[in-house]
Amino acid sequence: MKTIKYLFLSVLSLSALVSCSSDDDTPEVVNEEELITTVRLELTPATGEVVVLQSQDLDGDGPDAPIYTMEGDLVANTDYIGAVQFLNELENPAEDITLEVLEEGDDHQVFYTFTSATDSSFTYNDVDSDGNPIGVSTLFNSGAASTGNTLVVTLRHEPSKSADGVSAGDITNAGGATDAEVTFTYDVN
Amino acid sequence: MTRLIIGLVIAISSFSYSQNCSYIFLGELKDFHDGSPIESATIYQKENDKYAFSDLDGKFKIKNLCAGPLTLTISHANCETKTVSFNINSDTFKTILIEHHIEELKEVSVVAHVDKKETTTAQETVLKEQTLKKYAALSIGDALKEVAGVSSISTGSAIVKPMINGLHSSRLIMLNNNVRLQDQDWGIEHAPNIDVNVASQISVIKGAGALAYGGDAIGGVVVVNPERVFLEDTLFGKTTVTGQSNGRGYSLSTKLNKYTAKGWFAAVQGSLKQNGDFETPDYNLTNTGAKSKGFSFRGGKHNFESGFEIFYSYLNNEIGILKASHIGSIQDLVTAINSREPLVIEDFSYDINAPKQDVTHQLFKAMYYKRFTNFGKVNVQYDYQNNQRYEYDIRVGDDKYKPALDLELNTHTVMTDVILDAFSKTKVKFGLMGRYQNNFPDPDTGIRRLIPDYDKYDFGIYTTAEQRLNTNLTVDLGFRYDYNRIDAKKYYITSRWEERGYDEDFSDIIIDYIDSGTQLLANPVFNYHNFSASAGFQYLLNEHHGFIGNYSLSSRPPNASELFSDGLHHSAARIELGDLRLTKETSNRVSASYNYTSPPFKLTTEVFYNRIANFMYIEPTGIEQTIRGAFPVWSYLQTDAELYGIDLSADYHINEHFKFSNKSSYTVGTNIEDDKPLINIPGFKTLNTITYTNANWKQFSASLSSDWNFEQTRYPDNNFETYIAATEETVLVDVSTPPSAYQLLNLYSEVTLKTSAKTNLNIALSVNNLLDTKYRAYLNRLRYFADDLGRNVMLQLQFNY
Repeated sequence: MKTIKYLFLSVLSLSALVSCSSDDDTPEVVNEEELITTVRLELTPATGEVVVLQSQDLDGDGPDAPIYTMEGDLVANTDYIGAVQFLNELENPAEDITLEVLEEGDDHQVFYTFTSATDSSFTYNDVDSDGNPIGVSTLFNSGAASTGNTLVVTLRHEPSKSADGVSAGDITNAGGATDAEVTFTYDVN
Repeated sequence: MTRLIIGLVIAISSFSYSQNCSYIFLGELKDFHDGSPIESATIYQKENDKYAFSDLDGKFKIKNLCAGPLTLTISHANCETKTVSFNINSDTFKTILIEHHIEELKEVSVVAHVDKKETTTAQETVLKEQTLKKYAALSIGDALKEVAGVSSISTGSAIVKPMINGLHSSRLIMLNNNVRLQDQDWGIEHAPNIDVNVASQISVIKGAGALAYGGDAIGGVVVVNPERVFLEDTLFGKTTVTGQSNGRGYSLSTKLNKYTAKGWFAAVQGSLKQNGDFETPDYNLTNTGAKSKGFSFRGGKHNFESGFEIFYSYLNNEIGILKASHIGSIQDLVTAINSREPLVIEDFSYDINAPKQDVTHQLFKAMYYKRFTNFGKVNVQYDYQNNQRYEYDIRVGDDKYKPALDLELNTHTVMTDVILDAFSKTKVKFGLMGRYQNNFPDPDTGIRRLIPDYDKYDFGIYTTAEQRLNTNLTVDLGFRYDYNRIDAKKYYITSRWEERGYDEDFSDIIIDYIDSGTQLLANPVFNYHNFSASAGFQYLLNEHHGFIGNYSLSSRPPNASELFSDGLHHSAARIELGDLRLTKETSNRVSASYNYTSPPFKLTTEVFYNRIANFMYIEPTGIEQTIRGAFPVWSYLQTDAELYGIDLSADYHINEHFKFSNKSSYTVGTNIEDDKPLINIPGFKTLNTITYTNANWKQFSASLSSDWNFEQTRYPDNNFETYIAATEETVLVDVSTPPSAYQLLNLYSEVTLKTSAKTNLNIALSVNNLLDTKYRAYLNRLRYFADDLGRNVMLQLQFNY
């Protein structure tokens, strides 16, 4: 009899436990803080039209591919001042992640890689506290008129800036982790 | 003065004589379980300092008793000594129940039983303290590899998950002191939160035969048990100190046990481990330091008829993840794979920086049991577990020191089981289990949740029966039913929701739209009903040959990761997608074992065939473009799979001093639907050891073992191509090909010095990877990034007192 009592008690406590827990709290939505949705490269000539190359992926790691846009025309053999911007446009107003990149300049570097057929070139126009380039500001030369040029802009976190060729803009030995990597195709008129 | 005393004595004795001293006490001794009479027991009368013995019917008679207390101490060769008291004021008849087959019941076992197993017909291997002590400075996953057929899937050398016959994570049940571990075990990089130093004995049960622990152990069960309770007044303990060359690690572990003859006991245990960066033969593995702190307390009262226990354990592990494995894109992965050395190699340090894990697991248990005459034993247990997991990634700005993952898992379980042992040849057990679990992913991380908020309810009921048909043959049978309910709240990016086709199948579970419809909140609720069963036999032909056969049916509902994964897995450079449509997987496993014992030779052969319907696995299904470049998409799918294999374990004593032993295992896993191998199945492995022992020379022993791991040639080809801008090439990303075979030589030697009558000091010196061989292991997820560990010299002092 006692046995049955024990069993009964344990079953009772079981059901009490299972039934006592129903909280209908709605979890808070998380807006990704460091998500880069947009890479925008603004090329400003001494005179003439400002050119903007942009890659925007508003669903982050979601299935939608980034959308590439280009505003303005690049003029052959022209010097431009390049300024790259990394934005999180899911925040309102958009968060400018470029500021963090500059703040931690020693730990970041932006690389600009052209396909070999492309005649355009660039040089770094900024330095971190160790005198190495960061790459947010650049000097860009459009080169000869051509079509179907490709430029890959890569933001690396914790690259090895002292490795061979890295400070000159060669990504091959840079290491580190990629925070953004976008491919722009453009024509030079 | 003397006269007065003599006078008093006479007066008192004559006073007592004046009482009636002719009472008779008739006693009957019966077995507690089945009521059978206990003959030839010794009955000691404390008051009269006399002895009596029980007859064939278990009866005894004590004559000429005076009124007053009567204390009897009953002892018998196979029984627990029992003391009973009565107050005599007339002729008395009493039945006294004593516990007869004591040696079968581990709770009160005075002499530690050799190889006390949890199951009868399952493929079970027991690891004892003598073996476990070698792993005081390592992890439980390392220790379990002592069992043939057990390997591990690891992330570096600190995160080691056990794998039984090719299955791991949610397909294994880990029990710590009869509490099923609830610690986010779905993740490959989530090591089990058990300090190997709490274990006195570990049983590894292959397959789902042990239904009392759960019906979803498709791979197997690992049972970690603390020390038995001794019914004697004793205090003992041990302290282990270890130092190792690789990683410049040290560990300190200490344990103290106090027992009393009345059944009270208390045990405390604490351990501390730390290591810095490990090294391969050629370079440092930067950021592979780890720190571990563990503490446990156990106390209560264990008697034959009833007892209780409380248990608390705390374990904190802070583990650095190889810095070079932190990657952000496919290009980074290609660079890492193609580079012979990791891209980040720094000087040795104890620092643990991001990426790292910081996991704290707390467990509290309270248990009570009582035995009932002619019935059996009833256990009631409640346990609570709190698992707090932080994972830190390399982040920037304000978020630099914020965890990227912050999961808190709380689990409450109540269970009761009843063991009917009134019949000597039949053992019946049944039980009930209820569990509530809540997962809380803290949104303050500022990163979308990997695993959503959920409440989970489990209910289980089972019964098992074991029947000894004759001296050679034992059969057992078990059934179990489990109900699982998961009630989750998860935010989906609307584009992902639609891409998965959930808008068609699950539109009714959306409870809210956020951010002008770009995100939505869904409330998936799933119920699963699982039936499991097990049947087996054990046939001991004679002292040389034994056979075991077992069939088990088990099913496992999808875990949180299989259902809800949704996003980029940085360290694997892939997008992982769960599927809400997954159903439970069901395994039918048949196993057979043959044991041959004929000194000096001993052999155990175990074979199994495991057919799993709706086997859940992850495989590449496409490529998606993101702002970090292209990533392969890996989706959870279901297929029919089969696994089969053989595990061998043999010992041969060449002479008094030399012993040769071999442990080998081979497992084959196939995705039947697609006719291709399963991923992450260990290759053929053979471990050969030669041991020299000389008991006369301070218990000296030395062993040399060769751990030979063959290259896995059966693997699915998940390689893919990607375009690398810097070199303007399309390259093949080889994430599939297993590394080459490797052979490691390990040395272990020890002596035990007697320091006093009851204390001794065990000194062990071991060298792992003696030849400093360079190798990479297929089942180490960091094999893409760096070599495995080089030589490690370890010195361990264990003081037993």
